[in-house]
Amino acid sequence: MIRINCPYCGERDHSEFSYGGDATINYPSLDASEKEWTEAIFFRKNIKGFQFETWHHSNGCRMWLVVERSTVTHEIKSVKPCHPDLQKVVKNNK
Amino acid sequence: MTKFNAWNVIKNGLNGQSYWTRQWRDPEPKSSYDVVIIGGGLHGLATAYYLAKNHNIKNVAVLEKGWIGGGNAGRNTTIVRSNYMMPGNHEFYEHSLKLWENLSHELNYNVMFSQRAHVSLFHSPGAKDSVSRIYNIMRLHGTDAELWDLKTLKKKIPHLNYHNSRFPILGAAVQKRAGNARHDAVAWGYARAADTLGVDILQNCEVTGFTRKNGNIESIQTSRGIIKGKKIGFAVAGNTSVLWQMAELGNLPIESHKLQAFVSEAVKPLLDQVVVYGVGGAHFYISQSDKGSMVFGGDLDWYKSFAQRGNLPMVQDVAEAAMAIFPSLGRIRLLRHWAGVMDMTMDGSFFICKTPISNLYLNAGWNYGGFKASPASGWYFADLIANESPHNYVQNHNLERFEKGINIDERGAGPDPKLHG
Repeated sequence: MIRINCPYCGERDHSEFSYGGDATINYPSLDASEKEWTEAIFFRKNIKGFQFETWHHSNGCRMWLVVERSTVTHEIKSVKPCHPDLQKVVKNNK
Repeated sequence: MTKFNAWNVIKNGLNGQSYWTRQWRDPEPKSSYDVVIIGGGLHGLATAYYLAKNHNIKNVAVLEKGWIGGGNAGRNTTIVRSNYMMPGNHEFYEHSLKLWENLSHELNYNVMFSQRAHVSLFHSPGAKDSVSRIYNIMRLHGTDAELWDLKTLKKKIPHLNYHNSRFPILGAAVQKRAGNARHDAVAWGYARAADTLGVDILQNCEVTGFTRKNGNIESIQTSRGIIKGKKIGFAVAGNTSVLWQMAELGNLPIESHKLQAFVSEAVKPLLDQVVVYGVGGAHFYISQSDKGSMVFGGDLDWYKSFAQRGNLPMVQDVAEAAMAIFPSLGRIRLLRHWAGVMDMTMDGSFFICKTPISNLYLNAGWNYGGFKASPASGWYFADLIANESPHNYVQNHNLERFEKGINIDERGAGPDPKLHG
């Protein structure tokens, strides 16, 4: 079991969460070329090692999180709220 | 290499089994080859075999970082079927099934292919309509497919849970020519047959880098020295992205996920078919091996991973699905379970295609379905490498299909790799 330290709820089993995907995708502007959109939607780095990824606390607070996790050992380095403004709120509340 | 036939079995039986020769050589790497296939799994070995057999290209090496049969070739549930409906896929998998039907004779190696029928249960009128559509499409293309009503199903498999009121069994979609095979035997059979035709199988030979010249890959750095190849093929599903980035080719429409499978203790004959159960978020497939073990599996672990070990929530999910459909398994003990790393693609279909490097060819993205595909995968990958243009069946199984909008998405699940189960 992977344990994810949700910034809102505390440390929980990963079975409470659902995996999103790559958290580093930057979607291009609406008038960008098809090639850029194809790259953003379909192509992935698929990192073997530490990566930033999204998880949804779907059976908890239902907030989206950015998790830095190794795809080899499953070790987690950091867990943050997805939204940058919420990151500030969580930080200020601590 | 001693041929397997009745005469040799009797002769060796009388001589204390002392005249068998080793199954394949253990050669030192040559400095260069016409074709180097990276990945000594089922797909790489089959490719090498068909390059030599169909295209007379025999100066071929297969590089395997571990040992033959030690990767995903030994991490599957050995199911063989061809119940696909998308253009390209159904022809390809049907050809694969036809190759399976003659594979033991072709390789002079008993792959224990058993056409015991693939029985996919349905539990609602909607599911019946949906699967009828797919199986009708299969029939129109000459693949065998039929529907079993509840009466037939009860007669064939009496001990399913027919009293599940939440998901009552209404019948099953059946492919009778489908079944399973002995996974190790397929790897060993292809390795032995390819070796006999002159292919060098280089085990413990891990690729560590590539040297580029004029845009091509000139040589491959490996743990057993530098090897040159005029043409190079990747057949390393699970780790494709790692090699792809080693060749500095950027991103791929692939994520690596792990899929678990389970083997129980051996019991007396209990199940004659491959049974698939998939409703309400569960996904479960089961068959009985010739030794008597129940071999079964379920969904991915739902998060990206290169670790070849499974996590416990999925063990629980699979056990729950087993109990829902096969209550008689309740007290059976698990012998072992394992996880294999899958190339999960953005549309659930594979790649057999050229790449931005002109002497590099790609075989990847097998999702859940690599085992059954291996004969045809080798066949068409060898064809691509030899003729330098894709066969009609695999003409859209390339990396450009996403930009062109011709995704081959059997499930209609969209660009989320983990959903293409």
